[in-house]
Amino acid sequence: MKQYFNNIFTALVTILVGMKVTLRHLFTPSVTIQYPDVKLPLPERERNRLYVNMDDCIGCDQCARACPVNCIEIETVKSVPGEDLGKTSNGKKKALWVTKFTIDFAKCCYCQLCVFPCPTECIYMTDVYEFSEYDRNNLIYNFSTLTPEERRQKLENLEIYNQEKESKKGVS
Amino acid sequence: MIYDFFYNLTGSVIISGTVVALLPLFAFILPFALFAVLLERKVAGHMQDRLGPMRVGYHGILQTVADIIKLIQKEDIIAKDNDKLFFNIAPVLTFAGSYAAFAVIPFSSIFLGADIDLGIFYVIAVTGLVVAGILMAGWASNNKYSLLGAMRSAAQIVSYEIPTILIVLSIVMLTGTMSLYDLSENQTAYFWNWNIFGGPNLDIQKFLLIPFMLIGFIIIYISTLAEVNRTPFDIPEAESELVSGYHTEYSGMKFAMFFLAEYANMFAVSAILVILFFGGYQSPLGYLGNTLNIPWLIPIEQFFWFIFKGIFFVFVQMWLRWTLPRLRVDQLMTASWKYLIPIAFVNLLIIGVISLI
Amino acid sequence: MSVRTEEMVLNMGPQHPSTHGVLRLELTLDGEIITKVVPHIGYLHRCFEKHCEVMTYPQIIPYTDRMDYLAAMGNEFGYVIAVEKLLGIQVPERVEYIRVIMAELQRIASHLVAIGTYGADIGAFTPFLYCFRDRERILNLFEITCGARLLYNYIWIGGLSHDLHPDFIRLTKEFIREFKPNLKELNNLLTFNKIFIDRTANVGILPLETAINFGITGPMLRASGLKWDLRKDDTYSVYNKFDFNIPVGDGRMGTVGDSWDRYFVRVLEMEESLKIIEQAIEQIPDGDVTAAIPKRIKPPVGHIYSRVENPRGELGYFIISDGSTSPFRVKVRAPSFVNLQIMDELCRGHLVADVIAILGSVDIVLGEVDR
Repeated sequence: MKQYFNNIFTALVTILVGMKVTLRHLFTPSVTIQYPDVKLPLPERERNRLYVNMDDCIGCDQCARACPVNCIEIETVKSVPGEDLGKTSNGKKKALWVTKFTIDFAKCCYCQLCVFPCPTECIYMTDVYEFSEYDRNNLIYNFSTLTPEERRQKLENLEIYNQEKESKKGVS
Repeated sequence: MIYDFFYNLTGSVIISGTVVALLPLFAFILPFALFAVLLERKVAGHMQDRLGPMRVGYHGILQTVADIIKLIQKEDIIAKDNDKLFFNIAPVLTFAGSYAAFAVIPFSSIFLGADIDLGIFYVIAVTGLVVAGILMAGWASNNKYSLLGAMRSAAQIVSYEIPTILIVLSIVMLTGTMSLYDLSENQTAYFWNWNIFGGPNLDIQKFLLIPFMLIGFIIIYISTLAEVNRTPFDIPEAESELVSGYHTEYSGMKFAMFFLAEYANMFAVSAILVILFFGGYQSPLGYLGNTLNIPWLIPIEQFFWFIFKGIFFVFVQMWLRWTLPRLRVDQLMTASWKYLIPIAFVNLLIIGVISLI
Repeated sequence: MSVRTEEMVLNMGPQHPSTHGVLRLELTLDGEIITKVVPHIGYLHRCFEKHCEVMTYPQIIPYTDRMDYLAAMGNEFGYVIAVEKLLGIQVPERVEYIRVIMAELQRIASHLVAIGTYGADIGAFTPFLYCFRDRERILNLFEITCGARLLYNYIWIGGLSHDLHPDFIRLTKEFIREFKPNLKELNNLLTFNKIFIDRTANVGILPLETAINFGITGPMLRASGLKWDLRKDDTYSVYNKFDFNIPVGDGRMGTVGDSWDRYFVRVLEMEESLKIIEQAIEQIPDGDVTAAIPKRIKPPVGHIYSRVENPRGELGYFIISDGSTSPFRVKVRAPSFVNLQIMDELCRGHLVADVIAILGSVDIVLGEVDR
């Protein structure tokens, strides 16, 4: 019998205590924000969409090798002597034409493993996080600055150079 | 009465009857449902430190309108193995049950569909239709979750009608009337005349009654909460167990009818509580119309107070919903049969003895 | 005359609001009473263990994040400890402290999800959002540290990817200060609510002996009354330097090892984690966090089994190295997977609604069950 009234009492009391808590929250300001109108500032280490600064890329393929999901595809063509590819911002001399540099953001897992091995710090994560697409192919980002014609030309140049070298070897 | 008003205006029984029948629906239930759904979402949002709907209109006030437009556009899915006849009837029946209760509810002294002598009895009887609709929906859906939900619902509503009726009985015993209009008229004008404060007669009986009226009110509030399937008694539609209970298989407007019925029901039971314990449409502090000597203001004030009190109890229902967990089906039965019914019964006896003094 | 009755088979899941992901429970019901539960898993199988065999050791870390995605730091921690033992390297003191802080913050975040969703399973939706509000602050702490909110790739073999953010200590202290009253409020709102106690106490009682026979670990085992916590009993990292208690279930509201105990052990563990974080923040030494990261990770031929106390129980990694840059075999002892097998034992004779209450108290993460 004592248990019976005790049950009623605790039920009512705990319900009232709970109601007090929710009532207090009814008048506390909300913690959510109106997302597309208001955006939270992102911390500086934010890890979102990758960006490749092709001016600095030397085509060393280290990022592609570090990637656990193989979302980076790099294709390089050797430069022939006489071609000046310029220097990277930290003074390394470029020796390869990067004819293809694509990142498939549908595959990317934003783990940042590609960022650390880069010798020229040309691949890094930006704070862009709104880049959804209706077509999955649009998520394959091409960073290479070369047009397809230029790419073909570079390949031909290399071909010609190699043949010349071969023929020179044959002559000597 | 409102019927006489329309009868004098049009001179036709059919037109005035139809208008009076549809008036609560268009003047009250639909706007209320629109408002209550928004209120529920806003209350839930703010209690959970969120904002609730904010996109459609200023602070989302048109959200429910947008939702209804969406629901109208939706495909009305009827699965292959559903029992088509019952599946289609069930939402209508459920809604009819809760709508019919509004026929006798006095919104103010002149806005009253039908002043029948057995008002409260009628309300309890027609809300029983809701169970039939729910059971039908669960059975016709041919879905195990729906069936479980419907069976739970039937058991729940049947067992919680008993404490409700016992409390209603004690009020009826005390006041000697079943008419909702008379019940409201009895508790005139000031709040100390309300039944929760022992009724309008000022004597020793009034003060003796107050604690037992309070107990009675708590019991009837809990049991009506169970009858309209609100948390903590929402096991027929317990979304974390039974997905959505009896209306799992419904979509589009049929689902909207269940939804509408739920909110209409919420107000109906709150209205009954208000009439039984809180003076119906009577103002707690006297009427402005009396002071200013404007007689036509009084019904409007009464209407306001009735809606205000009703919505307050609807708000408490929402408040409870967003505070409490859900009971289990056997605990629900325990709460009714072991706690509410014995206490209600003892309460009835005590009120009976007091009324003899 | 007897009435013919039939048992009903009810499929709960894989699309069900409270199976915590894509789990299918095949319930055999007699009315509403459970006679048998068969969990069907594998809807989220992602071949983690097979993947590991073709990847280098550091590349596996992002994959471990995705197992128990609510406690990604703990997963990395366990894996990294195993590889470090295999390599035989010592990591700087500061790294260990930061790892412990992160793992404990992660434990709080994970338990917040566990108890929040448990409340939602029982029907109280509001505590769920209060829990997520607090968890969000922990995720913000992780975000300023490593840039990611859920899948961190923060704890590396031999070190960490970043040092602590300059604001981290201040923000963590602020969080601890503001979290403590929230925890009290949560107890008022949910833990000691009579309806909640009725729903969970004496439901799904797990006796200690059964728990040990089934290999149950973590808060579930402790709720059954055994003081067994790898942080103390098989200590790793710098846990031996901190003073904290191991909460065990005491059957306060019902029987030892019921669902309420399992729930409450998690609440108490959050308080203990707060204690550890407070001490670690005070003691944290200076140092370089990336100094000890080896250039080439190529462990010698051998094998290792290493275990840590994840929020859900004992997370063990068994790694066989064949001397190359990628492991020959990685086997994960996932606590959720082991804990899930108790479902049938716990649910029999209870009602359908109790299955939800029991499943919630087991606290599985399907990413880890299926891997």
